[in-house]
Amino acid sequence: MTRAIRHDDPEWTGPVPAVAPVSRGARASMARRSGRGRSPYPHWFYLPVGLVFVAIFVVPTGMAFFYSLTRWTLFDWEFIGLANFRQFFREPALVKGLRNTLVFAVVTSGSKVVLGMALAMLVTSRIKLKGTIRSIVFFPVLVSTVAVGITFKVMMHPTKGLINTTIDAIGLAGPKWLTDPQIALLSVAFVDIWKGVGLATVIFIAGIVSIPSELPESVSVDGGGAWARFRHVILPLSKPATFTVILLSFIGGLRTFDLIWTMTGGGPGFTTDVLASTIYKNYQAGFYGLSTAGNVVLFIVVTLLVFPLNWYLRRRELAT
Amino acid sequence: MSSRSKAIASISAVVVAAAAALAAPAAASTDTTEPAGDGEPAEELAGGEDVTLSLLVDNTETTVLLTEGLTSAFSELHPNVSFDVEQRPGGADGDNIVKTRLATDEMTDVFIYNSGSLLQALNPQETLVDLAGEPFLGNVVDEFIPTVSQGDGVYGVPFGTGIGGGVLYNRETFDEHGLSVPTTWEEFAANNETLLDAGVTPVGASFGTTWTSQLFVLADYYNVAEEVPEFAEAYTANEAHYADTPAALRSFERLQDAYDSGWWNEDYGSATYEDALQMLIDGDIAQYPMLTFALSEINALDAEAAQSIGFFAQPGEDAESNGMTLWMPAGAYIAATTEHEDVAKAFLAFIASVEGTEVQTAAAAPGGPYMIEGATLPDDVLPAVQDVQSYIDAGNFGPALEFLSPLKGPNLEQITVEVGSGLRSAEDAAALYDEDVEKQAQQLGLPGW
Repeated sequence: MTRAIRHDDPEWTGPVPAVAPVSRGARASMARRSGRGRSPYPHWFYLPVGLVFVAIFVVPTGMAFFYSLTRWTLFDWEFIGLANFRQFFREPALVKGLRNTLVFAVVTSGSKVVLGMALAMLVTSRIKLKGTIRSIVFFPVLVSTVAVGITFKVMMHPTKGLINTTIDAIGLAGPKWLTDPQIALLSVAFVDIWKGVGLATVIFIAGIVSIPSELPESVSVDGGGAWARFRHVILPLSKPATFTVILLSFIGGLRTFDLIWTMTGGGPGFTTDVLASTIYKNYQAGFYGLSTAGNVVLFIVVTLLVFPLNWYLRRRELAT
Repeated sequence: MSSRSKAIASISAVVVAAAAALAAPAAASTDTTEPAGDGEPAEELAGGEDVTLSLLVDNTETTVLLTEGLTSAFSELHPNVSFDVEQRPGGADGDNIVKTRLATDEMTDVFIYNSGSLLQALNPQETLVDLAGEPFLGNVVDEFIPTVSQGDGVYGVPFGTGIGGGVLYNRETFDEHGLSVPTTWEEFAANNETLLDAGVTPVGASFGTTWTSQLFVLADYYNVAEEVPEFAEAYTANEAHYADTPAALRSFERLQDAYDSGWWNEDYGSATYEDALQMLIDGDIAQYPMLTFALSEINALDAEAAQSIGFFAQPGEDAESNGMTLWMPAGAYIAATTEHEDVAKAFLAFIASVEGTEVQTAAAAPGGPYMIEGATLPDDVLPAVQDVQSYIDAGNFGPALEFLSPLKGPNLEQITVEVGSGLRSAEDAAALYDEDVEKQAQQLGLPGW
């Protein structure tokens, strides 16, 4: 790895992400191969995957845009223009749902970045039980979200749950994790972080491991301590990993549903409703047009938030 | 108004018929062994070929017990018919499953689902088999028929019993503290203060099972109708609403009152329906606002304790007009996609026969009166069911709003959780519920919305 970089780019000075030279090389060779010239493969090779894409993505999306303009009972529909959207924006749970969605996305993705980075530092350092810790951190990622939600719902029961009985045992009173409207959303966010931090850690590990070992070493030679190594070498060089984690967990947070639904069902009342659960409840109620309109809104909201974020992060990434 | 007085008349007729049947019990029941409907000898269903009838039922204890009883009794009568029973969750999840399966032609041959407003949203004219004109509908109490009808079609027969909506209470706790059954909200509040002073939790709430939060609002409808008899019609026509009808708004205020007065158990937010029933049996709560179908489950949990559970109607403003809100039984329906329509109809005929009700009584403790002409309750019914029966005998009862109007807002249970948890005021909640109802009305395409 290190040799390849030196060989490839002897003039290398700045903190370019370590993976960049490799991918740059790969990209260059691919460009050379396809280039302006004709691809050696006929275009109809695209056909099978194109058909799948059209059948299960383009057509349903188009239908969703259409049905969002109708009052739809699954059995028949009536065109009502933008009335669903007007209705959806008047939805009492919507404002709260939008706020909750953003709070949830920001809290979970922020925590995953910080905790994921810390854990990645821990398991890439020279400590015992490295492999075991890695497995423990990653394990929750493998468990089904619904199972996690149900398990934590039981554990967070205010009187009979494991968490509060433990707190009781040391003489304190635990809060009503999921039924106190002040903290219910944060309790769910905590579980989401517990479940998702393993993936963030793995991405960070990949980023940190690919940093050439000479760089932190040279900081040590220059008399820098552990903090300087982290602050001036590891943190800037794992920027691509950081951006990947932010983007993935932010999108995940925006469209989160399964965990909230299994743990609180949006309750108590509407206090932990997010966009997706508001939409789902409309679907349950049989307001199919209205809930489809909600999905169109979710589509637009995610797009409006993620595209600029992606663009900004990309730019930062290239600038460094 | 007129439909309510009709309800009273026809149910009194049942009671009279029941009394007559009691006089000659054996004769009355053996006559109806033959399921009405297809005229063929019982064993010759489907020409004697083996038929498996698929069935979708909700997973409440009572429904499961009734289903087991009815299917095994029917298979005994018709050895060539067997059943494939699937369970589904109740509440909004269950609504969703039923609607989706009907819309995608994946429904079982026969399924159990609510009568009244929820049925209206299933588009029965296209998805269900119309039973109008079937002879076995003659066994069904007239009052039930409109709750399973749309247009000229009749789509179901009653499954289970009529159900009282009000307050279940622990009679031992009441005796211990010298309390009597309240007939006004004031007396109810005074009882609760006595219990609070004695260190007993007066009223159970179980918002962990969200639908249970609606009881104080829905079971108050008898009181609403006493004050505003034309409410149901005006409400369906978009002329009266919860927020602008003081009597109806009061239903939400009851719930707020209960929270403000500190009547709930401490874990009201996370306790489930099952938890609350157990607390009631154990005397940890003195009263639990609930439908009497819970009695079968209480009986299954602890048959001895069930003997000390009583029932009273939700108290209103005036002791003179005290009465009970009555829920109609769920219905058994046949999906239009069935390939065994004749067998399915014979099964429905069996459910709607006096013999069918006897099978049901043996399978699960009845929670109220049957909606079948000539059906009787055994003498040893639970005391709470006798309480229900006494309201019916006195004529002091009326159907819940969801059986008089196709409108029921889907978010009521979340709204009532908020009111019952002190997160939203009664006025605010009523206005919000009116908006919820508006969506439902538009979706159903009702005139005037």
